[in-house]
Amino acid sequence: MSFLELKDLRIHFPTDDGLVKSVDGLSFTLERGKTLGIVGESGSGKSVTSLGILGLHKGGRARISGEIWLDGEELVGASLEHVRTLRGKKMAMIFQDPLSAMHPFYTVGDQIIEAYRIHNDVSKKVARKHAIDMLGRVGIPQPDRRVDSYPHEFSGGMRQRAMIAMALSCDPELLIADEPTTALDVTVQAQILDLMRDLQRDFNAALIIITHDLGVVAELSDDILVMYGGKCIEYGTSEDIFERPEHPYTWGLLGSMPRLDREPTERLMPIKGSPPSLINVPSGCAFHPRCVFEERTGGRAKAEVPELLETEGGHLVRCHLPRERRRAIWENEIKPNLEAS
Amino acid sequence: MVTYIIRRLIWAVVMLTIVSIATFAIFFLVPRLAGATSESLAARYVGRTASAEQVKIAAEKLGFNDPLVVQYGRFAKGIVAGADYDYGPGVEHCPAPCFGYSFLTRLPVWPDLLNRLPVTISLAIGAAVIWVIAGVATGVLSALKRGSLFDRAAMGVALAGVSLPIFFTGIVSLVVFSYGNPFRITAPGGSFTPFEENPAMWAYNLILPWITLAFLYAAGYARLTRAGMLETMNEDYIRTARAKGLNERAVVVKHGLRGALTPILTIFGLDLGLLLGGAVLTESTYSLPGMGKYAIDAILAQDLPKVMGVTLVAAFFVVFANLIVDLLYAVVDPRVRLG
Amino acid sequence: MLRRRLGVAATGAVLALAVAACGGGSGSSAPSSSGGAAAGSDTKSEFNAALTQVVNPSDKKGGILKFANGGDWDSLDPGDTYYGYSWNFIRLYGRSLLMFKSGVGKEGNQLVPDLAEDMGKPSDDAKTWTYKLKQGIKFEDGTPVTSKDVKYAVERSFDKEVFPDGYTYFNDFLAWPKDYKGAYKSKDVNTDSAIETPDDSTIVFHLKQPLSNFDYFAQLPATIPVPKDKDTGAKYKEHIISTGPYKFEKNEIGKGFTLVRNDQWDPATDPNRKALPDGYEVSTNVNADDIDNRIIAGDLDVDVAGIGVQSAALGRVLPDPAMKANSDNPTSTRLWYTSINGNVPPLDNIDCRKAVQYATDKVALQTAWGGEFSGGQIATSLLPPAIPGHEDFNLYPPGADNKGDLTKAKEALTACGQPNGFETNISYRAERPKEKQAAEALQQSLGRVGIKLTLKPFPQADYFALYAGKPGYAKDNKIGLAMNGWMSDWPDGFGFLQQIVDSRVIRDTGGSSNISVRDPEVDKLIDQAMKETDTNARNAIWTQIDKKVMEDSFILPNVWTKTLLVRSKNATNIFVNEAYGMYDYLGMGVK
Repeated sequence: MSFLELKDLRIHFPTDDGLVKSVDGLSFTLERGKTLGIVGESGSGKSVTSLGILGLHKGGRARISGEIWLDGEELVGASLEHVRTLRGKKMAMIFQDPLSAMHPFYTVGDQIIEAYRIHNDVSKKVARKHAIDMLGRVGIPQPDRRVDSYPHEFSGGMRQRAMIAMALSCDPELLIADEPTTALDVTVQAQILDLMRDLQRDFNAALIIITHDLGVVAELSDDILVMYGGKCIEYGTSEDIFERPEHPYTWGLLGSMPRLDREPTERLMPIKGSPPSLINVPSGCAFHPRCVFEERTGGRAKAEVPELLETEGGHLVRCHLPRERRRAIWENEIKPNLEAS
Repeated sequence: MVTYIIRRLIWAVVMLTIVSIATFAIFFLVPRLAGATSESLAARYVGRTASAEQVKIAAEKLGFNDPLVVQYGRFAKGIVAGADYDYGPGVEHCPAPCFGYSFLTRLPVWPDLLNRLPVTISLAIGAAVIWVIAGVATGVLSALKRGSLFDRAAMGVALAGVSLPIFFTGIVSLVVFSYGNPFRITAPGGSFTPFEENPAMWAYNLILPWITLAFLYAAGYARLTRAGMLETMNEDYIRTARAKGLNERAVVVKHGLRGALTPILTIFGLDLGLLLGGAVLTESTYSLPGMGKYAIDAILAQDLPKVMGVTLVAAFFVVFANLIVDLLYAVVDPRVRLG
Repeated sequence: MLRRRLGVAATGAVLALAVAACGGGSGSSAPSSSGGAAAGSDTKSEFNAALTQVVNPSDKKGGILKFANGGDWDSLDPGDTYYGYSWNFIRLYGRSLLMFKSGVGKEGNQLVPDLAEDMGKPSDDAKTWTYKLKQGIKFEDGTPVTSKDVKYAVERSFDKEVFPDGYTYFNDFLAWPKDYKGAYKSKDVNTDSAIETPDDSTIVFHLKQPLSNFDYFAQLPATIPVPKDKDTGAKYKEHIISTGPYKFEKNEIGKGFTLVRNDQWDPATDPNRKALPDGYEVSTNVNADDIDNRIIAGDLDVDVAGIGVQSAALGRVLPDPAMKANSDNPTSTRLWYTSINGNVPPLDNIDCRKAVQYATDKVALQTAWGGEFSGGQIATSLLPPAIPGHEDFNLYPPGADNKGDLTKAKEALTACGQPNGFETNISYRAERPKEKQAAEALQQSLGRVGIKLTLKPFPQADYFALYAGKPGYAKDNKIGLAMNGWMSDWPDGFGFLQQIVDSRVIRDTGGSSNISVRDPEVDKLIDQAMKETDTNARNAIWTQIDKKVMEDSFILPNVWTKTLLVRSKNATNIFVNEAYGMYDYLGMGVK
């Protein structure tokens, strides 16, 4: 059995306007030491998935079904209290905006100490030493002094390092990073990504990186999962996604990937329209209202929900276009455009 | 930090001076503008049989014939340097701070104020403890159980608490819990036992006023806490705290409440400062001989030195409370700490 | 000067009921029961019972009576206090030369010797009054009381800078040396011209003019002895040395005090005080509604101010038969009236003044003062029923329904030469809503016969000194009518009438309470009364004066105020003493 395995995970939220199907039948596996990138626009369900794995939806209004297996334990049916003991210890999370994700009234050190002492019965003094060690490991200079600083006294990159130190303080086996670099400027982004790669190697943890930006996961991920409207629409190795992408949405993501040689706002092949409503999901393929190639499905896209089918060697795609046609479009219409730039 | 405190204290003295001038003007300048003469001012402070000559003597003695600046100067001097007053057989020195002596009771004001301060402090502190605990606890529970029956009931009661005037809740509480009730939980109004004399009687006599006063404030604090908690519990750092594996109680108290505390603390400081200057309605309703009752009695009797005394003490508390709040603010919210 | 201006008690708080038991007021005197010991008499709890009999008579000793005051004493110092309730209460801790008897109704109007062995002995045409002190009376510290202590007490009360609250009767009437300034400022001045003490038990007062009723002066608290070596002037009120059956145990000005038994008080020297309770607990500055509620609930015994319950309690007591049966409704010696200024034409004509009397709607006026239940008894003359010399008469019958006799009013107007009415102004004190209402009621009722009134409010502090009471101003500004009020310091025609009907108190500089009565005959009668030492003959003169002023129509009486008092559930010997118009505080005991 894999280290982490999701089977048909569904996370639905009843609201006054109707049922919001944030995650709707998601399955994947992840091994220790491997990295999975989950990519999608905001509202695609990627963050809900990560919080779901951590059990942070439990006890709330969410309706959760399916299975989450972590190191041989099923978590959806497990008790709230049990999942809590795993949080921070067995699985930890790095959040998007470290300024708002860290408590403004406590020092960075206090917050790391707190995280450490929840799961380790040690004195404050020992925990403090550990916190200083961790800050040092994530590359914060003079950690013995900075340990007493407040989050607002750190720069953005430093804060994210501190956040990482906090997440790693209990040596977790599964680390989820939710948009870890979005709030940072480009040069710092690269440093943080490097740091995460190094640390993952050191800790031999399974890593999930959640992002709306394929560029972030390009070098880091072993596998990539593209989400749209709460569903997985394409899954494959990093190579599959970058070299042989088959879903029109993935093409769009590739086309709108910011590059160092382009202005971030300048996009080659923007995806028109906006993400789908999760209450009134479009009929058939949820992506069809925005899909450039929708007519080429002969009306099926509007009528039928496409299934997630394997094309070859574990590469999964959810699309009505015949496989040959998808290949042809990629080779002839998309790829040349991307390379031409 | 030290220069900051010193600057604030200097500012406090300036504020008190302005307040005293304003109070003085209200009492002396305004009636003068309305046509009052020295004699007609003095007429209020002499017996009902006083002849015109006697009123004249009183006006002279009370200093109403001097220019206003001189009158104010005399008053200010009394506060800083003390004053002497003639009590008949001799002259007594009233040491600083001397607010002069009451026109009506012919007694110095300062001992009166000192005498009444323990009552008001007892009332304010006791009520504050109750309202902070009750208000914050209710607010937290309401926020966590948002939309529940508890939330709605608590917010309904809170609305009532904010809207109902003390002289209503106070009298109702007396009728239900005190008048003629053999099992009454408190003595009828007008009773105050100093804490150092008998702590049990002290609390027994104050429990109703405490609760009534606390009800008014607790309601506001419950609403404030609830709103603050609803906001902070949606903050990212709460999610972080949960993601660390922190138990829910610690999440709520250590992270949620801590985040919502700043505005509560601010309001609390100001409320307490105001209350220490006298809880006029509560003290009047329960006939507690505190600063508020003193103030209202003095105002009704137009006894200026008393009014000045209470006003300045009250103003001092407000300014002082502001200072404490500002300092606490820096303690509570490290982002405020600047050079 | 005997001005005792009204309105110190909250105007809205003075309540009254309808005519009830005080009806008539003249003649019939209350059943005997000196000091309230009507043993064996069968008393029932019924409305106004305490006006004519002792409710819950008992001789049981012990217990504590609880008093509360909505405000505070002007001063507890006998030389500096001027509230009726204070004079009622002061008898517990101080003994003056004479005192009002602790008796029911009219019996309480009777002066009896207290420190003195007997009533005053007048000589020299009532210009000299001599009192002999009883033997064996001591201060609370055991020092015997001498006539010099009484003399010192009066001398110290002279200093109005130290004691601004008190009256000035002694200042004004005794033959003080020139430029005398009182015991503190004129320490070594010989004052024998005013007060002599030939020996330790004799005191002689010398007056500037004859005064037949000096005995009323001798009951004033200023004659309560003060030991010179214990006198602390303005601060004496904090440490009063008692001569009565009770002394101060704890006294916090502004909060309250407690009285305990004074073991130096010898009952053998004192036939007037029973001293039943072991002590008194008095709290001051208590919320007035709180006081009412606590008395009704039985948590408190007496609202010491004696001005009756607040309107909230009034609404509770009156409709409830059981509660009403436990309350009393005495008429006070306070008259609200309207001065008719004969200096302002056409009111210089007596017929025009009479037209005002006839046209007045007395019912509307009563309503304006607070209505049948909280206004007062309709007044038809000056002297209130509780004052000896009062006689029921009505020179201007206002019709069967009490709403005015318009026919007579028009006849009077015709006789005056103003058949279609005339215009004038009516003044009132701006701070007093009830005076305004009364002025408006008059405006309405006089308007029915063409007398047009314009309302003129003035600030009360300067009402007499600058406006309505200043003859020149009143005349120039045509203030024909002026709202006014008066309360007697003691139940005696002199105390009630002299200041408001003697034309010689009117000064051009203003400040007098008499602003309309100018009749040389009245002045003559007053002089006569002040010389008449026979009480009955004197009272007859006061009746005559009352009638003369009404004939002159210089005053339009409105109402005699009434108060609603609620009896304590725990107290014995509850009865109203007419001298004070409230419960007698000396007789009460604890059940």
